[in-house]
Amino acid sequence: MTVLGEWQRLHRQTVTVTALTLAGLSVSIGTPIVVGMLRDGDSHVGLVLLIALGAAVLLTGGGALVDRLRWRYTSYRVTDERVELRFALVAHKLRSIPRERVRTVDLTANPLLRAFGLAKVKIGTGQQGSGEHSQLTLDPVGRAHAEELRRVLLERESVPTSASATRRANPPLAELDWAWLRYAPISVTTPLLGAAAFGAVMQASDWFNLQGAIFRTVHDDLLGGVPVAGFVAVLVAAGLVIGFVGSLGLFVEMWWRYRLTRDGGVLRVHRGLFTTRSLSLEQRRLRGVDLFEALGSRLLGAARVDVVATGLGSRSDRERSDPKTLLPPAPLAVAHRVATAVLGASPVSDVDIRRHPRAARSRRLRWSLLPVFLVVAVLGVLGALTTVVLLHLAWIAAMVLTPVAVALALDDYRNLGHGLAGDYLVTRYGAGSRHTVALLRGGVIGWTVRSSPFQRRAGLITLAATTAAGRGEYFVRDVDESEGLAFAAEAVPGLLTPFLVAVPPPRD
Amino acid sequence: MDEIRLRPPRHQVERRAVSYWLTNELASALIPAAILAVLAMLITPARPWLLLAMGAVLLIGVPYGIVVPFWRYRVHRWEVTDEAVYTRTGWLWQEWRIAPMSRIQTVDTARGPLEQLFRLASVTVTTASAAGPLKIQGLDHERAADLAARLTATAQANRGDAT
Repeated sequence: MTVLGEWQRLHRQTVTVTALTLAGLSVSIGTPIVVGMLRDGDSHVGLVLLIALGAAVLLTGGGALVDRLRWRYTSYRVTDERVELRFALVAHKLRSIPRERVRTVDLTANPLLRAFGLAKVKIGTGQQGSGEHSQLTLDPVGRAHAEELRRVLLERESVPTSASATRRANPPLAELDWAWLRYAPISVTTPLLGAAAFGAVMQASDWFNLQGAIFRTVHDDLLGGVPVAGFVAVLVAAGLVIGFVGSLGLFVEMWWRYRLTRDGGVLRVHRGLFTTRSLSLEQRRLRGVDLFEALGSRLLGAARVDVVATGLGSRSDRERSDPKTLLPPAPLAVAHRVATAVLGASPVSDVDIRRHPRAARSRRLRWSLLPVFLVVAVLGVLGALTTVVLLHLAWIAAMVLTPVAVALALDDYRNLGHGLAGDYLVTRYGAGSRHTVALLRGGVIGWTVRSSPFQRRAGLITLAATTAAGRGEYFVRDVDESEGLAFAAEAVPGLLTPFLVAVPPPRD
Repeated sequence: MDEIRLRPPRHQVERRAVSYWLTNELASALIPAAILAVLAMLITPARPWLLLAMGAVLLIGVPYGIVVPFWRYRVHRWEVTDEAVYTRTGWLWQEWRIAPMSRIQTVDTARGPLEQLFRLASVTVTTASAAGPLKIQGLDHERAADLAARLTATAQANRGDAT
């Protein structure tokens, strides 16, 4: 099958895949409903099953028909100049992307697609926000064809080589080390998965009207009627164990056969157990990296490496490990090595970080203690008016929350810093968790300086380097006004200088 | 050693912008207050509460609507050089923004109905950053059109994907 030239259809198996997906969906939605109706007793078994089956067939058949129409009237082509996707049924829709603008080609395949040897191909440009015209999705095409498309679209000059030959020529920048598995459970996923499992059990038992029975079984029979505190402790422990196992499983599913490679000017991340993901990213879209130490990872001396690149979707933080992650939590030394290999420079390791003035620390302490004070005050006032229990809660809250708030504020201040290292500017921030962002100085497309009345009194500003990549702006918070402006002027020569003035220092 | 500061951008917005902001802010306080007053007349049982809400709206909205426009007028400034667009906005919380000409992607002018009444317009300059556009409010509408034309010409002279 050739890639260039003619209009082509998507893979025809898509109809089968859609039908199977919908059939699975019908079963998983239908079962609890059917069970629920039968449980009520007065419904006729045959009739209920007939209706359920009919609905399932209707949904599956209808969906398959729609998908068949989509397949029939959708076509795409790759010409020398452009990638085009058209849908022509009644209305005509054509989406067209200049090939020179293509910056990412992203292949994903869930288990069903993989079983049929298919993959979804997402082709993106570097443009931010202009959604409609910035990307198109071929859903799905054959696996081999998808690989071919990626090669053609991204590696324009390179001659075709077999995958194994490429791998020999380019040793991977990083490969999965199973020792990294130890960082997986120490994260928010563990309690979240535990809570989710608990919720799922409650929901399922509710469908079958067994909630009370399950509760009684666990509480009375299994635990022999232990006191409430013990019961809660057992539940929490069980949740944590489930979360622990779950987060390990999630890590395996996400990072199975993880490999980060560079091929010509293209970075490639390949990973996934059931759903395989493979992201290709043009090196020239790279604007820096974000070395992220989540609280748990940081305690164990580990860090994750995220990429700061244009066209990766700025607001895609919803998924914990979306395409922007280049390296899962790994030992700090590995993270530094990968960051250096990716950037071809070592700004994160070799930067001389400058700390911020002490006024920044006072600000952090104030902002951190304010909510504690409010909580304690509200509890105190309510307690004085109503019941003494709340008064006790108030002082307990003060005792517990104050040290936490102070510790977070001090850590936040300790982490604050900025510096320049070669072609990169570096900013570090975070309370508990810590980000160290290295941003390409040439990728800074503007500056924003913000100041609140409190900051003006303390002589501080918050500086933001705007960029086309990642979040769109990266902050240097609460930096001394004079120092921050000098830093910004030095980082991007010429841009800020015309708007700066020197004033004599205030006499005290 | 001397301290470094940002100098204010060269141009102030039109004086008429104060009247525009006054009208705008006072309207957004007085109209809800009037609605609450009418409701208070009609719905007897809820009258004290509605009057209380009206009082709160007036107490906060009117001083805000009178003070902020003048304050804003002192802060809002703009400047366009051959290299960059430079703005200052805000009142208590202030924001200085600099975007180089070479990174400008689109330039729009906008005139709301109330702005038309005062012959004002605003110019919005977007770059490739997801952090949002630069906005210059309260310009004379002819001046805004000229400015937009000039910025568009410069932006087109610097083609490329501006990232």
